[in-house]
Amino acid sequence: MKEFLSAVGAIVWKDLKAEFRTKEMISSMLIFAFLVIVIFSFAFDPTAQSVKKILPGVIWVAFIFAGTLGLNRSFLSEQINEAIQGLMLAPVDRAAIYFGKVLGNMIYTSLVEAVALPVFIILFDFSFSGSWLSLILVVVASTFGFVAVGTFLAALASNTRTSEVLLPIILFPVIVPVIIGAVEMTKAIFAGSSLGEVATWLRVVLVYDVVFLVIPFLLFDFLLEA
Amino acid sequence: MRRRKQAIGLITLVVTVLAVYLVFMYAPVPSNVRDLPEVQKILYFHVSAAWIGFLAFFVVFVASILYLKSRDRKWDVLAASSAEIGVVFTTIVLLTGPIWGKAAWNAWWTWDPRLTTTLVLWFIYLAYIVIRNSAEEDEKRARLAAIFGIIGFVDVPIVFMAIRWWRTIHPVVFEAGQVGLTPKMLTTLFVSLIAFTFLYLYYLLLRLDIAKAKLELAGIKEKLRAKF
Repeated sequence: MKEFLSAVGAIVWKDLKAEFRTKEMISSMLIFAFLVIVIFSFAFDPTAQSVKKILPGVIWVAFIFAGTLGLNRSFLSEQINEAIQGLMLAPVDRAAIYFGKVLGNMIYTSLVEAVALPVFIILFDFSFSGSWLSLILVVVASTFGFVAVGTFLAALASNTRTSEVLLPIILFPVIVPVIIGAVEMTKAIFAGSSLGEVATWLRVVLVYDVVFLVIPFLLFDFLLEA
Repeated sequence: MRRRKQAIGLITLVVTVLAVYLVFMYAPVPSNVRDLPEVQKILYFHVSAAWIGFLAFFVVFVASILYLKSRDRKWDVLAASSAEIGVVFTTIVLLTGPIWGKAAWNAWWTWDPRLTTTLVLWFIYLAYIVIRNSAEEDEKRARLAAIFGIIGFVDVPIVFMAIRWWRTIHPVVFEAGQVGLTPKMLTTLFVSLIAFTFLYLYYLLLRLDIAKAKLELAGIKEKLRAKF
């Protein structure tokens, strides 16, 4: 178990180190998330009251799109110089690669969200009255479900010819429950609801998180054969 | 093998003709529908197509698991064939639904849980087919598709629950058809279901034949290439 955790840690550390030398991906994700919001404000009048109602949805569209950019990179970068072969040859359980990548993607996506969320609230001049803690919990739980299945499907897509194009097509239908849950919970918490009031959705999202952490864990060995 | 296919083809023909007859001649036209009550007859094929969609995707799920366990090509071919047929029938569901909806609800589409889940289901299995088309080698295609076949099917119940709760929050504009079915209508529906099930089996056998022919052709090509 200890060995497994240190393998997971090594993967995360390697990815973070490589990323923070260039900051290529995280800056692209951030810029992309902002751009989605700016495009949205051109598409809908940002001063209208109705926009406040759709803001949670817009925020999640931005997160999911930006997150997908990051997910795409996580296994494609390993294809360069056949680095993935090196990872597979390492004498550790291959599930460590999956968990390491999930953690890494979780860190990137959360960083982007942590920066972008306050900016969105400012840009739309949104008066937020709910609890920040609940909001963070909801965002983290939802992001985790998205990242867990997203990392797995990114690994799957990286094995094909059309990987970057393929990922959104195979990922978006599968994450429908998370998107619905995330948007509904964010909407409720923006309106001042407590966590207890969104318990049903939180449960759906948590079940999703667990299911799509366990199933990829079981199937990851099949994915990395070659 | 050939005999069996012919027999199933013949049964399919007979049951389908019977179903068409029952739908148009035997089943009564409902009296509680305001305008265009005949449109209700679409229900028989609509429900049957939906049933085949779910059956086909369940077959994909089981065949995917069996493929990953045994690595036998026949399971992969079965999953691929079933997925294609499933998408076709789900498309029929998505096309016939609005035709009926426009007459009954005066709207082409509502974000009703069943409709929306069917739409998401359709997207998931389109994705499955896209994966099959974009993987290069046969072995890899089979493996990746099987993995997605499992992920996709596991997702479906969660999608349905999420969409159902989502709809209870939003106002439901149209009450889903509370059409009581008379015994005659039920008989017709039942025969339609059987007819569609045989149609599915028959298509499946045809599609498996195509796959087998493709495989044989690839083998012949390989042999020729080695010779020259």
